[in-house]
Amino acid sequence: MSDLTSLETQLLGEIASAANEDALEAVRVAALGKKGSVSALLATLGGMAPEERKNFGAAVNAVKDRVSEALAARKGVLKDAALDSRLAAERVDVTLPLRESGIEAGRIHPISQVMDELTAIFADLGFAVAEGPDIESDDLNFTKLNFPPHHPAREMHDTFFFSPDEKGERKLLRTHTSPVQVRTMLAQKPPIRVICPGRTYRCDSDQTHTPMFHQVEGLVIDKSASMGQMKWVLEEFCKAFFEVPSVKMRFRPSFFPFTEPSMEVDIQCSRKGGEIRFGEGEDWLEILGCGMVHPNVLRNCGLDPDAVQGYAWGMGIDRIAMLKYGMPDLRPFFEADIRWLKHYGFRPLDLPSLAGGLSA
Amino acid sequence: MKFTLSWLKEHLETDASLDQIVEALTRIGLEVESVDDPGKKLSGFTIAYVISAEQHPNADRLRVCMVNTGDGGAPVQVVCGAPNARTGMKSVFSPPGTYIPGKDITIGKGVIRGVESSGMLCSGRELEVSEDHDGILDLPADAPLGAKYADWAGISDPVIEINLTPNRPDATGVFGIARDLAAAGLGKLRDHGIMPIRGNGACPVSVTLDFEGDDRALCPAFALRLVRGVKNGPSPEWMQKRLRAIGLRPINALVDITNYMTFDRARPLHVFDAAKVKGMLSVRRAKDSESLLALDGRTYTFDSSVVIIADENGPESIGGIMGGEHSGCDENTTDVLIESALWDPTNIAQSGRKLGINTDARYRFERGVDPAFTLPGIELATKLVMDLCGGTPSEVTLAGSIPEKDRIVEFPISEVKRLTGLDVPFAEMKAILGALGFWVSGNPPVVKVAVPSWRPDIEGKADIVEEIVRIVGVDNVPLVPIIRVDEVHKPVLTLLQNRVRAARRALAARGLVEAVTWSFVTKKAAELFGGGQPALALANPIAADLSDMRPSLMPGLVMGSQRNADRGFADHALFEVGQVFRGDGERDQRFNAAGLRRGLAASEGTGRHWSGSAEADLYDVKADVMATLTALNVPVGGLQIVAASAVPGAPAFLHPGRAAILRFGPKDVIGWFGELHPRAIEALGAEGRIVAFEITLDSLPAPKKKATKVKARLALSDLQPVSRDFAFVVDQKVEAETIIRLARGIDKTLVEDVSVFDLYAGKGIDPGKVSIGLAVTLQPREKTLTDQEIEAFSAKLVGEITAKTGAVLRG
Repeated sequence: MSDLTSLETQLLGEIASAANEDALEAVRVAALGKKGSVSALLATLGGMAPEERKNFGAAVNAVKDRVSEALAARKGVLKDAALDSRLAAERVDVTLPLRESGIEAGRIHPISQVMDELTAIFADLGFAVAEGPDIESDDLNFTKLNFPPHHPAREMHDTFFFSPDEKGERKLLRTHTSPVQVRTMLAQKPPIRVICPGRTYRCDSDQTHTPMFHQVEGLVIDKSASMGQMKWVLEEFCKAFFEVPSVKMRFRPSFFPFTEPSMEVDIQCSRKGGEIRFGEGEDWLEILGCGMVHPNVLRNCGLDPDAVQGYAWGMGIDRIAMLKYGMPDLRPFFEADIRWLKHYGFRPLDLPSLAGGLSA
Repeated sequence: MKFTLSWLKEHLETDASLDQIVEALTRIGLEVESVDDPGKKLSGFTIAYVISAEQHPNADRLRVCMVNTGDGGAPVQVVCGAPNARTGMKSVFSPPGTYIPGKDITIGKGVIRGVESSGMLCSGRELEVSEDHDGILDLPADAPLGAKYADWAGISDPVIEINLTPNRPDATGVFGIARDLAAAGLGKLRDHGIMPIRGNGACPVSVTLDFEGDDRALCPAFALRLVRGVKNGPSPEWMQKRLRAIGLRPINALVDITNYMTFDRARPLHVFDAAKVKGMLSVRRAKDSESLLALDGRTYTFDSSVVIIADENGPESIGGIMGGEHSGCDENTTDVLIESALWDPTNIAQSGRKLGINTDARYRFERGVDPAFTLPGIELATKLVMDLCGGTPSEVTLAGSIPEKDRIVEFPISEVKRLTGLDVPFAEMKAILGALGFWVSGNPPVVKVAVPSWRPDIEGKADIVEEIVRIVGVDNVPLVPIIRVDEVHKPVLTLLQNRVRAARRALAARGLVEAVTWSFVTKKAAELFGGGQPALALANPIAADLSDMRPSLMPGLVMGSQRNADRGFADHALFEVGQVFRGDGERDQRFNAAGLRRGLAASEGTGRHWSGSAEADLYDVKADVMATLTALNVPVGGLQIVAASAVPGAPAFLHPGRAAILRFGPKDVIGWFGELHPRAIEALGAEGRIVAFEITLDSLPAPKKKATKVKARLALSDLQPVSRDFAFVVDQKVEAETIIRLARGIDKTLVEDVSVFDLYAGKGIDPGKVSIGLAVTLQPREKTLTDQEIEAFSAKLVGEITAKTGAVLRG
């Protein structure tokens, strides 16, 4: 019996000291394999007397069970250790820098972003977005808008012209997006609510003027449109666009051929340290022009100025972008300088919405 | 339009302060551009008496002065460095704490070389009233002690500049501005009353208006009067001061009177030296190539579009724009002819533009001068001439006649409420219009409003509303919310608008940076990209390199890219979504989306990197295009990607071997992608390798219209898909697309997917050949495929591909 005990002690010792799964397997084969030491003992049972077989068999099987258990336990330990040591060797440097993925590197130009902001605000007020060609006729850019031929107001526009065609008519690059208003009135019956964003052109270039710029105009035509409504729309727009709780606006009578009465609008702001803030301060900043659509314009578009009325306004998209986001100079907008675009541009998924906020 | 406060007050009786006047001007539509108030700036400078000036004990060039500042206090000690400081002189003193504009400092009390100094005696330059800095101002002995220097010197009159809109010719004169302010409640308009002056005999110089038919409108009226025996010296100080204050140079009394009338009454006049006028005056169209040396010293050559005043010598004056040098008035003039005429605004504007002359007269005549003031104007001018220069006037001769156009607007007073939302009592409307010179008759609801002759801008009801609302104040118009629709808003954007927006977001999400470049490019660039038609060339480009409307977004992007590379940022990806022009018709404009990648700006990221640094290639821009099409929900089933080399007439700006045309059919091309031709890059002034793409968003097919929003039913199979790999060695000219299509065609219901998992050329593969690894996924639909079925499929696939393409199955 003591042989059995010492065998068990020896086997358990070997199991405990097996350094790896291979060594452990060798111990298992040597003990429980076909020719293993424990198996050999079991093989001797056949030659024993029944009583002896019973006792000895039980003892050997008990040893076998304990050895098997110890083998399994040790195997678990060794497996865990092997996994631990493999994983320990699999370390990588998590601080290695990555390249920016597309969604990090890409940018939306501020003009596109502001156009999307404008669309979000005015869509909420029921405005559609109307567009028209950049190359316009004199008729739609000026005459239909009540610019008399040769009137000094035309000169104020510094127009880009094309060469006259065989009929002597020369096309031009639209100097404002107002021809889109005309197109809308000619194509659609009131009530009308549209904004007209787009590229516009004037033959002018300095610190604050570029020969190409962007404008958004708005037009409302129905039976109740009034100056009071227009003031409300513009004030609501300015609050929403500049994302401030209140703005103070000053409407000054002015002149545009296509509106009567006409006004220019200043917005109150402070300019501390070169930073413009709205809703505070004592300075006035001109931001847009507006007015009641001139009866001649309504007539030119086939509408009866005694039956319907309307108002319209226009402002520079680049300009309001500069005011909101603080670009100091207009010219870099069109220079495709990667550094400027990366800095002032917007992330691909910065989608302006009224539900989520116009800007992050 | 500039004027001074005292000038304004000559026409406006008012207690209003400068600030109140400035505020009111802007409020009623005469926007104040600037106010220069020298009196305020110099309010700290007073006239002082130097009691004594003695040598400074410690400095050779300094003097210690005791100054009586006239404030009743004790004399003040001032250390002064001026060589002319002397006992008994009058000069200008500023106490400590005064800002010295000429030095941009605020002086304090100080000790100069041991002597206390409590203020400063000032030079003209320190006050910015002259350039003189040789010494302190040396005033006459009778200069009033203690008075403000600016008041005494007559330079304290504030100058106001307003930004005049082109519809208000009446406000090109100080009197008209005063009338507006009076209407706005700022005071009372002074009525000077202009009396006709009895002439002594007829005007000896007669005038003929030599026009026929419609041309008569070029000069409807021309009044002329001779004043004999004038003495034309300098004009009086008060007139010179006003003219100088608004930036005009006094010349002589006669000329100054015409300038004064121009700004005071918006009535430009002309004076001829009668001695230099030969024969009678004729107003007519110029003859071609007639010329005149004008008062600005330049010679102008005319054509028949210009209206001139001529005598027997030929042209003497450009009507309504500028007089001639020859017949101008100088100090020797003794007999003067005063002209007060009316000119056609359009013709004046055109002639002025053509001749390149901008004068105060042109400015007014092209906006519209009050016809009814033609004769009062000449009377007032005559009075000024007689007051300042003496002389005996003749009677006035008038050629033509003063147009009398009764302009009466039928005005329903409800228009004010309808257009503005403002409630204005009729009595107030009437008072406002009356103060502005309108005449209201009849009773509401509809009244008659007669328009004054000086307001050519008033045409109809809306103009009358504007007059009322600008005086009441636009700020008083109450805000009214617009009517919101009482339902959830319907979408407002069109398919194209949505696609333009989505294209921008998709390309940005792929790492490209959006640029906005000029709509115009060089002619060379336009031609290179299929444009450059004469109809798209600007007649007046702002610069030679911005001359032609762009046919493509690519030139602008390539040139922008090169500027970035020149600055040291060679690895970048740019895109633009914007308009391009195929012709000058309104349907010729398209919205394109284009992008380029340059240097190490591949899809995986930009710049050198430890994980690998690939130069952007065709497949990157192909991925950009395909991602965009997917983002725009373009049905790409019929899309063909054709090698540019296989398309007759493919753009020459593309690399012949590394570019593709995107199309839905030979006539339905939507764009291209690939490498730009090195010659095109060079022609655009750029260098290096650029891969790019451009698609036309208008040309993309719309998504299929469906009756409902329900998506097609998803049929999932419980049977496992089977994948088999094949490797073919094939001629390099055989396109992968051909092999893939053949593989798909073997059994369209069974083949779920065909992909190229390997591509190899090199060792072990014959030159000119390539090994293509094809993974074909089969999706059994009803029952698991047997080995025999799979074998049969494989055999058919290999047979088909080898037969159709000359490929060999790799062992």
